[in-house]
Amino acid sequence: MEKENRTTGKVVGIVANLVMVEVNGPVSQNEICFITLKQESLMAEVIKIMGKIAYVQVFESTRGLMPGSKVEFQGHMLEVTLGPGILSRNYDGLQNDLDKMEGIFLKRGEYTDPLNREKKWSFKPLAKVGDEVKAGDWLGEVNENDQPHKIMLPFKMKGTYTIKKIVDEGEYTVDHQIAVVTNGDGTETNLTMVQKWPVKVAIGDYREKPRPFKLLETGVRCMDTLNPITEGGTGFIPGPFGTGKTVLQHAISKQAEADIVIIAACGERANEVVEVFTEFPELEDPRTGKKLIERTIIIANTSNMPVAAREASVYTAMTIGEYYRAMGLKVLLMADSTSRWAQALREMSNRLEELPGPDAFPMDLSAVISNFYSRAGYVFLNNGKTGSITFIGTVSPAGGNLKEPVTESTRKAARCFYGLSQARADSKRYPAIDPIDSYSKYLEYPEVQDYLLKNVGEDWLTDVLKAKDVLLRGKEAMEQINILGDDGVPMAFHETFWKSELIDFVILQQDAFDNIDASTPMKRQQYMLSKILSVVESKFAFGHFEDVSTFFKEVINEFKQMNYTEFDTEDFRKHEQTLEEILNKRAN
Amino acid sequence: MESQAFQKIYTKLTNITKATVTLKATGVGYDEIASVNGKLAQVVKIAGDDITLQIFEGTEGIPTNAEISFLGRPPQLTVSDELAGRFFNAFGNPIDGGPEIQGEVRDIGSPSVNPVRRDQPSNLIATGIAGIDLNNTLVSGQKIPFFADPDQPYNQVMAMVALRAKTDKIILGGMGLTNDDYLYFKNVFDNAGALDRIISFVNTTENPPVERLLVPDMALTAAEYFAVDKNESVLVLLTDMTLYADALSIVSNRMDQIPSKDSMPGSLYSDLARIYEKAVQFPSGGSITIIAVTTLSGGDITHAIPDNTGYITEGQLFLRRDTEIGKVIVDPFRSLSRLKQLVIGKQTREDHPQVMNTAIRLYADAANARTKLENGFDLTDYDERTLSFAKEYSERILAIDVNVDTDTMLDITWELFGRHFKKAEVAIKENLVAKYWAQ
Repeated sequence: MEKENRTTGKVVGIVANLVMVEVNGPVSQNEICFITLKQESLMAEVIKIMGKIAYVQVFESTRGLMPGSKVEFQGHMLEVTLGPGILSRNYDGLQNDLDKMEGIFLKRGEYTDPLNREKKWSFKPLAKVGDEVKAGDWLGEVNENDQPHKIMLPFKMKGTYTIKKIVDEGEYTVDHQIAVVTNGDGTETNLTMVQKWPVKVAIGDYREKPRPFKLLETGVRCMDTLNPITEGGTGFIPGPFGTGKTVLQHAISKQAEADIVIIAACGERANEVVEVFTEFPELEDPRTGKKLIERTIIIANTSNMPVAAREASVYTAMTIGEYYRAMGLKVLLMADSTSRWAQALREMSNRLEELPGPDAFPMDLSAVISNFYSRAGYVFLNNGKTGSITFIGTVSPAGGNLKEPVTESTRKAARCFYGLSQARADSKRYPAIDPIDSYSKYLEYPEVQDYLLKNVGEDWLTDVLKAKDVLLRGKEAMEQINILGDDGVPMAFHETFWKSELIDFVILQQDAFDNIDASTPMKRQQYMLSKILSVVESKFAFGHFEDVSTFFKEVINEFKQMNYTEFDTEDFRKHEQTLEEILNKRAN
Repeated sequence: MESQAFQKIYTKLTNITKATVTLKATGVGYDEIASVNGKLAQVVKIAGDDITLQIFEGTEGIPTNAEISFLGRPPQLTVSDELAGRFFNAFGNPIDGGPEIQGEVRDIGSPSVNPVRRDQPSNLIATGIAGIDLNNTLVSGQKIPFFADPDQPYNQVMAMVALRAKTDKIILGGMGLTNDDYLYFKNVFDNAGALDRIISFVNTTENPPVERLLVPDMALTAAEYFAVDKNESVLVLLTDMTLYADALSIVSNRMDQIPSKDSMPGSLYSDLARIYEKAVQFPSGGSITIIAVTTLSGGDITHAIPDNTGYITEGQLFLRRDTEIGKVIVDPFRSLSRLKQLVIGKQTREDHPQVMNTAIRLYADAANARTKLENGFDLTDYDERTLSFAKEYSERILAIDVNVDTDTMLDITWELFGRHFKKAEVAIKENLVAKYWAQ
């Protein structure tokens, strides 16, 4: 891919961040170039070529740029730098290390190194001289925040190589030569711990990508219990503003059972990223006892940062995810919000004067989204080990309308749908995931059902389906009550409705800001669900419909106290006892 | 306009539209400003040596042989402490008859703050309005708009919030302000004796609409001066952002761009985000808080302007007239302050979060009861109690003329809980009930 004689060109036209460049040699689509503007050089990407004119999108403001400015093409696409030291870093959409930048304001044309070149890592070889290796094979490992960070044969090196030399266990910087490999005709290649990869190309060096089958615990009850996501699964969270997309995403990224969490803040609020910066170094990962920030990578391209880099940010995040997956790790990737990325595509398509599709989005939007989601997944690596990328994206539908192009396109690509409902948010029923409209396709997978049966409980699946039925029947009963009036319906309607309210208040609603309620382990979820279903299946005697609501409010209150109390403690059992007494009084 | 002797003057325009002119020129930079027969213009497109300029005042009366000179710089504002107490137009020139500002000249529309150099907003801004302090607490460094119909008293409420909030500077960015509203702000600030900490950039309905595009950047450049250079807390008021967005659509339309939803430019989200994201808390103590107004047409929040705004800002405040009590209230259902979680129960009393949520839930039950009543159904005893609770809650908490501190608001709410409900109906954590339940 690298070229010796680099193509150059000069600027001939400018409209906002779209720049027309007259070139004097070959250029390729998506090639990176630098435009000289006084002492600065601005990074840009080729997005269209017409004859001798290359249309490039500039990742920076073009203020002050003049026709005639020199442009130098780089001979490669937008790449990320991969190596130890990515964890806990805060990058922008182009993988510049934000902490290395000077001053309060972002400076145009300032690009910083994503890695620390001085730090020494303790390297342990995993391969030996004479081994045959292919791209993605593990040569050695270093300890990165207690994760076994594998040093692999670079993904760009196609074919089979033989290890000619590999360093002994010891402390090395990332740029230190750790191995020498030779290919069939004897050409030697020196390897360090660093490699580069173009973000828009998927890293495909694994043996097999089976259907996901393992549950990924998030601690969020209305996901884990009702519509679970799997390791290597895909899901999306559409919701109008103010329905709690970001709070839910943060909850998942704090609690989910993953080795690596990548948060791509794509065109969203800066203060939300600051919240992660502030809280994650303080919060503990309950599974490892280590700080959350140690397993987290943040790609922050907030809404006021350049639009073109916003588009790049999700690809940067996905590529870093693929890199860690190739080490056999469980990666969770969250992108907030994919709508902003789609809007970035729209802005460029508009400036290119392309014929627009629905709502002025580019015609290939759907294809771009599907292609991106397809990069997630559970894989068997060439050495038989497994790794996964679970991807959850939020969608911000214009006007809260789920029929808009980004939501529609995402629905085709993602397997879990967590629709946030305005009505639930308005009545402060958080998380506002609509229990009826949302779905997880994984519940229908026989391999997932099998997994749940073995790992959660034999009755689990039937219980979950029961709970879903109760919710649906409760909704129907409520509609009837609203039409016919409280005394216009049989008493059973009130009971049905309140039984669904019980599930709603105790299982679905969860206080993300309460230390105990925020995250519920699977064992506790199972206990609570079976407890609630036993109430739902009991028969009670009521004289008047007002008694129904009074009774169930008492029951809900006691259950909620249980939710706020540490599991399986004396206090917990005390509430349970009180609950039994309330229930017994009404038992029929 | 200013002009420099060595600058080349062009005298031939090739195209003129309602908002733009095109000419052949060389050595011109993007975003640079120019003077066309004395009118201020900005470069919006360069294609070879064809330069397209957007004329802020409109192109009325511009001849093809107009005199054009390029100033070689983007729009600028002179900043110094002398800004305090002054009124300016959209170009940053004084309109109060006072002298020109002496100080440092800065480009407007500065780059974004590096997110890792921000601090998490954590200072509560008290307004005394319970609909805000109790239910939708504001925090310094936040950006939040009023979503209001044109007939609602949003400018009055905003002025009240601005004067009660304890900030070092208040910067008013008025876009398409009627002359009456402009004078209203001037009087209110004057009467409160606060004029020396207020700076205003005003584009009234008498000025050309495209000029408005400069107002937020002018106001925020001044805000950054006080927040960054002087470590002050600055409150920026932007009214009305809908008129700002309308001006954006006029320009994009004249430039033949393909409109997206509601005839707005496809870049509306980025354009608005660039402004609102200037709200920031700096570690040094300086901060910029933005309170804006987005007027709605017929209460429709799905229109592209409020919709995009809602995705950018940290919540929104709705005003509504409550017919039960005949007063304007801050609507508890649709209003939201996203940053309240950072301060409630931390800088305020521990029971704040639960009391707030419970009261709103009960208020929602009252709304359901009212629907039942309207549909001719009998009310239960619980329904009756929620209705009487809701009325008192509106009157004593939500009405915007309430002015008490947060502890008092919480005490009042507990009192209402105790008077209208049983403990189980309230369903608040036991330890809080034990401590605060009104005996």
